[in-house]
Amino acid sequence: MIRFENVTKRYGENIGLEEATIHIEKGDFVFLVGPSGAGKSTFIKLILREIKPEEGEIYLDDMCVTQISNREIPKLRRKAGIVFQDFRLLEKKTVYENVAFAMEIIHKSRKEIRRQVPQILSLVGISDKAYNYPEELSAGEQQRVAIARAVVNNPTVLIADEPTGNLDPATAMDIMDLLNKINRRGTTIVMVTHAKNIVDVMHKRVIAIQNGRIVRNEFGLYGYEHEESLEDDTTEEVFYV
Amino acid sequence: MFSRLGYNIKQAFVQINRNKAMTFTSVLAITAMMLILGVFFVATININLFAEVVKQDFDMVELYMEEDFPLDSIKQIGTDYESNEGVSKVEFRSKEDALEIMKSRWGENGYLLDNLGGNPLPDSLIIYVKNAETAETIANEALDIEGVEDIKYYQETVDKLTKTTNFIQIASLIVMLFLVLVSIVVVSNTIKLTVFARAKEIRIMKYIGATNWFVRGPFLIEGIIIGLISAIVSTGLVAVIYDNIMSIIGADIIRILSVPIVPIEYLAINLAIIFVALGVGIGSCGSVISMRRFLDK
Ligand SMILES: Nc1ncnc2c1ncn2[C@@H]1O[C@H](COP(=O)(O)OP(=O)(O)OP(=O)(O)O)[C@@H](O)[C@H]1O
Ligand SMILES: [Mg+2]
Repeated sequence: MIRFENVTKRYGENIGLEEATIHIEKGDFVFLVGPSGAGKSTFIKLILREIKPEEGEIYLDDMCVTQISNREIPKLRRKAGIVFQDFRLLEKKTVYENVAFAMEIIHKSRKEIRRQVPQILSLVGISDKAYNYPEELSAGEQQRVAIARAVVNNPTVLIADEPTGNLDPATAMDIMDLLNKINRRGTTIVMVTHAKNIVDVMHKRVIAIQNGRIVRNEFGLYGYEHEESLEDDTTEEVFYV
Repeated sequence: MFSRLGYNIKQAFVQINRNKAMTFTSVLAITAMMLILGVFFVATININLFAEVVKQDFDMVELYMEEDFPLDSIKQIGTDYESNEGVSKVEFRSKEDALEIMKSRWGENGYLLDNLGGNPLPDSLIIYVKNAETAETIANEALDIEGVEDIKYYQETVDKLTKTTNFIQIASLIVMLFLVLVSIVVVSNTIKLTVFARAKEIRIMKYIGATNWFVRGPFLIEGIIIGLISAIVSTGLVAVIYDNIMSIIGADIIRILSVPIVPIEYLAINLAIIFVALGVGIGSCGSVISMRRFLDK
């Protein structure tokens, strides 16, 4: 599904990723963890061909990400839904239009759009806000819209770079429930996070990166003691209620 | 992109509305360029027409024959020329005919010719040629023919005229090329402003898999609209200016130079086609260039 083979990416002197070899299976739910500056975002940017590695090959399904031409990048990105920490919704469009826009981009018919968008909005639980603008929504609601937009075209993989980074713990857990739900529908999920509690409670595969190297790839816990993210300290109570 | 033409056009107008000052500047720059082009164009086609008319008048070589050269021999020379590929017609003009023609040309002064006490004019052969090269060859060789005293032809005048038009065409091409480049830069800078204003949106579009042409759509239309507005304004301006100038000096030109001038309708239609094509070209180029660095990522 996603395969890194001996991938090295440098930013001048800085190391982004070094000799990374990893295989993520179809249907997996993977947490990408590690200290700040470890190379997590680099890993994701490489999958989306935002950057190219110096060495190694990357595959997404049958597509060799490192070999495709620039013209094929849109095709690659349509295979992957993307969610960011800061949502990145179009402010001048309503919730409905934001999601519909992702379908317009790939030239889906109006009919299809009218059928599909409400379904996805209901899947992420935001149907009642369909005609609101992003600024009228809470952070959690905005992230739901972003997720709806990411999955509306049925991507094979959903990639999320700290999707709960801007959310309070309770909202973060709601989003995790949603991602779980999407994962169970068959979508592979790769999620970068600093939230120990989330990783620990979800109990999924964890890939740990440190100084650009993949240092761990196993099922289970977050594995780092201290965390810089605020979420840890505060989430605990919410968690165990 | 075309399935979304409506969206693209709407978006383009929104962008232009947000960016009125720069749009105005671009239109001004392109219009100025087109006006200069228009002047060159008008001059060129009028001179071309003038040259055509002059060529029609002067596409002949006149051979003056020696006094008392036998008529049969003259006619023989004429027949020889008639078989020449580049010659369309050969006319014999006797000295009597020549005098008649001169008399009628001189009009009321024609009586002066009556006092000559004889006819000083020679017999002549008038050779009408199909092209300038033939005229030149004939002119160069004719003097060697027995019985030919002198020749008269207007090749030089035609040559000069042709050179002038060629020069004007080349000069206008160079000036044009330069102005087109300037216009493209101005348009691309204008559109760059709207691109930057929508940078975040474009990045999002790229993330969710929009092709470059999809993203370009509205900006392309924006460029094309700027080009079209310029074309319309320029066509109007050139037409009005030309009309005014010609209503003042047009009649004089016809009278003095005895050549026609190109009618405004013909001019306006052709200018409109050229300006629209040019405007659309400049607008699209400017827009594609303005986004080049932005979309390469
Ligand atoms: N465009 C860039 N130019 C130079 N260095 C870069 C660039 N992007 C990333 N880096 C460096 O590469 C390394 C990995 O960065 P990356 O963004 O992948 O880290 P990260 O794991 O996502 O960190 P965080 O958890 O803080 O988001 C860091 O040392 C970073 O400084
Ligand atoms: Mg990061």
